[in-house]
Amino acid sequence: MSEHSTYTPGSGLEKWLDERLPIIRFSKEHLMDFPTPKNLNYWWTFGAILVMCLGIQIVTGVILAMHYTPNIGMAFDSVEHIRRDVNGGRMIQSFHAVGASMFFAAVYIHIFRGMYFGSYKAPREILWILGVLIFVLMMATAFMGYVLPWGQMSGWAATVITNIFAAIPVIGTPLLELLRGGFSVGNPTLNRFFSLHYLLPFVIAAVVALHIWALHVPGNNNPIGVDVKDSRDTLPFHPYYTMKDAFGMVLFLIPFVWFAFFAPDILGHPDNYIQFDSQVTPAHIVPEWYFLPFYAILRAIDFNLLFINSKLLGVMFFIGSIVILFLLPWLDTAKVRSGSFRPMFKWFYWLFVINFIGLTYLGAQPAEGIYVLLSKVCTAYYFIHFVVILPVVSCIEKPRPLPTSISESVLAKSHA
Amino acid sequence: MATEAQHSTTRRDFLFVATGAVAGVGAAATIWPLINQMNPDASTLAVASVEFNLNGIESGQSVTILWRGLPVFVRNRTDKEVEEAKAVPMAELRDPETDEQRTKKGHENWLIMIANCTHLGCIPTGESGEFDGWSCPCHGSQFDTAGRVRKGPAPTNLVVPPYEFISDTLVRIG
Repeated sequence: MSEHSTYTPGSGLEKWLDERLPIIRFSKEHLMDFPTPKNLNYWWTFGAILVMCLGIQIVTGVILAMHYTPNIGMAFDSVEHIRRDVNGGRMIQSFHAVGASMFFAAVYIHIFRGMYFGSYKAPREILWILGVLIFVLMMATAFMGYVLPWGQMSGWAATVITNIFAAIPVIGTPLLELLRGGFSVGNPTLNRFFSLHYLLPFVIAAVVALHIWALHVPGNNNPIGVDVKDSRDTLPFHPYYTMKDAFGMVLFLIPFVWFAFFAPDILGHPDNYIQFDSQVTPAHIVPEWYFLPFYAILRAIDFNLLFINSKLLGVMFFIGSIVILFLLPWLDTAKVRSGSFRPMFKWFYWLFVINFIGLTYLGAQPAEGIYVLLSKVCTAYYFIHFVVILPVVSCIEKPRPLPTSISESVLAKSHA
Repeated sequence: MATEAQHSTTRRDFLFVATGAVAGVGAAATIWPLINQMNPDASTLAVASVEFNLNGIESGQSVTILWRGLPVFVRNRTDKEVEEAKAVPMAELRDPETDEQRTKKGHENWLIMIANCTHLGCIPTGESGEFDGWSCPCHGSQFDTAGRVRKGPAPTNLVVPPYEFISDTLVRIG
């Protein structure tokens, strides 16, 4: 899909440049003329929205790093200093903190869009895998960023999450001490988390470039999941989708700035405005909302299985819940991509979404009473969806007839 | 020389493998210090043992002290708590240890253990839970009056650090 360039260098200078570094040709092919299915809906604007989110995090983050001090004696105060004293610091800090939540909100929508429309299926498996990799990197980055303000939630999140590595047999404890740089979470931990929190967004940006490269080889999937057949099925990316994406970004920025301006702390925890104390764990610790489903899975496993103790088993399920996403292209073997044409899959898809929201809710509840049981049920269903339901549904389901082409389906809609 | 080159293994092959092996060792030797710098440093290792005076801790009172950056519970248990701990049948324990194994002879009322939950490291709350011992606010693990795990995701009992009584009122941890 790269031989569609209409670029002819206009001036002598452009021709000279084109023969040495064809950057204008490349940009025109991939950012302007790129043939894009003409039926993409607003769920497809989240790719561009996510690029914007990454940009906002990097710009605000670089600025915050100019005022932040990664030392356990000063970190907490330096964040307060940013919020109170630095010119405009209150807004820059809240855009960065709210930005993390909005970034995850957008990425969850982006992932669930891909799941519904079968965007992970051949020939887009690598595209999907790179996407899951970005998600993992985002989680690592967000976690380390959350530690930096050095409040109670920061310090205890660092303690609990680094402790996950201690569950690994034999090398667990040495690995834990290597990660923390001590026997407990302390100054070396904070300092290295700051260093890595600054590094990882640029790694994410590099994987995003690969993700877009992998997208531009087969081209976009689309809501009916039928391949592009000829030029009547597509529109050039610019101006059609640059404008649609820009409009999507503006809509997305409305709740974003509402949070940043009017409720910058509503997504956080009051406990994080108390400086970290390694001797007192807050009565009820919960991670940021975007980690809750996976946290619920980690916590649901409170029993031993054969020779595997509950701690290691919980960690295995926790890691497995993310690793299984990498395998999704091979678990759902149905040839039809779009959920719109899969009567059975559609139901199970929405059940999975409800179950995932359920896990989010349960992750925020105390580990007692009925919540313990419900967490186990929802955790089991999460895995059953991938390992049992998807392969079985792919075999027994009879999909509805597909439109012959994108352009036919668009025209049929406008006549109806 | 021309005939030598036709042998299956030449001097060039040997040099090629040998150079590769040296380069590999060199790369590993370069990477190791770049990773090892993350391990606990000399200043962290230097505070390996602490002495602590038990004077003034009344029966039924707990204090938390720091050892190697880790919080350590020092509890002067009541007679009732000691009896409760001793009465527990071993079959009920996930990580079977007698109360005697977790305390020092002649000082059975003193329970000294690292305060981090063996699950994911939170600090359990004292004198709470179904077993009159500790309960962890993070993931719901419960410990009895000897700090042994009774319920929840923690795999093992709260860890008793190496310590000794220097006198009746002075302990050295580490």
